[in-house]
Amino acid sequence: MRERGFAPTRILIYLIVLLVAAAWLAPLAVVVLNSLRTNEEIAQGSMIGWPQHLAWSNYAAAWSGFCVAETCAGIRPYMLNSALVTIPATIFSTLLGAVAGYAVSLWRFRGDNWIYGIVTLGLFLPQQMRLLPWTIVLRDIGLINTLAGLVLIHTIQGLSFTTLFCRNYYVAIPHELIRAARIDGAGFFRIFWRIILPLSPPILIVTVIWQFTHIWNEFLYGVTFTSGQQQPVTAALIALSAAVADIPQHGVQSAAVIIAALPTLLIYVLGGRYFVRGLTAGAVK
Amino acid sequence: MSNAAAMRPGRSALPEWVRRLPEYLMIWVPLLLSAAHLISFSLWTIWISFTPSTLVPVTGWVGLRNYSAVAASRNWQIAFDNLLLFGISFVVLSAATGLVLAILLDQRIRGENVLRSIFLYPLAVSFVVTGTVWSWLLNPGLGIQKLVHDLGWSSFRFDWLIDRDMAIWTIVIAAIWQSSGFAMALFLAGLRSVDGDIVKAAQIDGAGPVRMYRRIILPSLWPITITVIVIQLQFAISTFDLVRALTNGGPGIATQLPALVVYDLMFQRSLLGRGAAAAVLMLLILLAVLLPYAAWRYHQRRRATHA
Repeated sequence: MRERGFAPTRILIYLIVLLVAAAWLAPLAVVVLNSLRTNEEIAQGSMIGWPQHLAWSNYAAAWSGFCVAETCAGIRPYMLNSALVTIPATIFSTLLGAVAGYAVSLWRFRGDNWIYGIVTLGLFLPQQMRLLPWTIVLRDIGLINTLAGLVLIHTIQGLSFTTLFCRNYYVAIPHELIRAARIDGAGFFRIFWRIILPLSPPILIVTVIWQFTHIWNEFLYGVTFTSGQQQPVTAALIALSAAVADIPQHGVQSAAVIIAALPTLLIYVLGGRYFVRGLTAGAVK
Repeated sequence: MSNAAAMRPGRSALPEWVRRLPEYLMIWVPLLLSAAHLISFSLWTIWISFTPSTLVPVTGWVGLRNYSAVAASRNWQIAFDNLLLFGISFVVLSAATGLVLAILLDQRIRGENVLRSIFLYPLAVSFVVTGTVWSWLLNPGLGIQKLVHDLGWSSFRFDWLIDRDMAIWTIVIAAIWQSSGFAMALFLAGLRSVDGDIVKAAQIDGAGPVRMYRRIILPSLWPITITVIVIQLQFAISTFDLVRALTNGGPGIATQLPALVVYDLMFQRSLLGRGAAAAVLMLLILLAVLLPYAAWRYHQRRRATHA
């Protein structure tokens, strides 16, 4: 199979692969080009076209100008909301998941397999089963329509993934290492700090990228538990396209879409290898 | 650490469990919170599905009435039919696309890394973004159809987005675009782990590339294929954002899916009992996929350890 075939076959292979790659890039290219065309220009032709002159003003308008509902502050406040949810929730869920993964894989305690088994059920349980209970819990503790509420949700739900990732990574660490440290009198935290954490950067990067991407891109909880000024950017994008349905502003909307997608795209470009590792690690549950 | 050293002189004064309290808290609080929310939330939603709750949760027992109401509603019936059509065609097509791409990328071609990144990048983007972009491309007045018209072919039609019968296929297209790369990544990993010796032996026996794939390489990929199918089905069953952004369930309710029905019942019509029943039905559909898979995985593992 890895033999070099004769030339026509190879040309055909390249042709197919490049065509598919072009098709995969096309939607991105269309939005990028549109983000640089004026609304009028798009209205005259189609969404697919080359900018006549570069309308960078779309980005300024998308960032801080256009109106969602009654507020005209652009996408900036919603980007900030997303960051204020995603960054703390990513950090909390990763750290707690690392400790939990270490506890169930190396420290061991009574009932560890049981609780780990239950926690990993969270990978499969549909969000729809948790929507109403979260509504009630958030209301009772006064966090409905707050960013803190979303941080809480994503931290607790993210634990299923982060614990799984870290546990599967830590089981490969030799138990003798931990046993020796315990005989030397090192406790739970000291072993974590001195032995486990220094070994952890690869899995922590995978976990952080996974959590960041998922929380940033999450929509259902954002749209259910927050409204108006508290919404994360995914929910705001939907609100935006509903708000401008009468007078489409496709240039500005395209710029908004690009800005909203930029953080996770950047992370993908910078840490693609770890991103893929997370995908496949999540797959081989 | 310095704490522990400072405490050492008075160590015996404190009971063991007090000394180890921070450790217990750190281990148990997150795990218990996670496990407790999963179990209690599920049980609570199941319980609500048997109550007459509407605007607020109430106690009471209506048996399966919520379930029969959901199952009898046109909304759910369309959503369920759509799920079958979308789930099966999306899973088959994205697995096939992923497999073909993986096989092509495995032919020692140049720029493999760049190509792989291109096929995978949609996975880093939110479904809201993807759905929005595809809603523009597939909008007959804005996207591909408009472009072709402007180029002079005015009888060209590509208006699935506003066609009741075809709209569900726009979701299939966008979903394939978004997640074939995932199937490709898994298949590629599988191809790379095919035993090189067997391949070489077959080559010496004079097996051509087609025969090689059909007889040796593809059969060894089927466990991965099942994993790909199950994960993609799991995604298909809970699809929400993509449809919200692409068609919002329309035209009419032509592209309704179970997750949208749940949301609609719970938060737009305030029929909590029925919404919960629809959510439980979603869970049952998911279990119909996952339980056989879990049984199969268990069987595989046992065979692997016994062999």
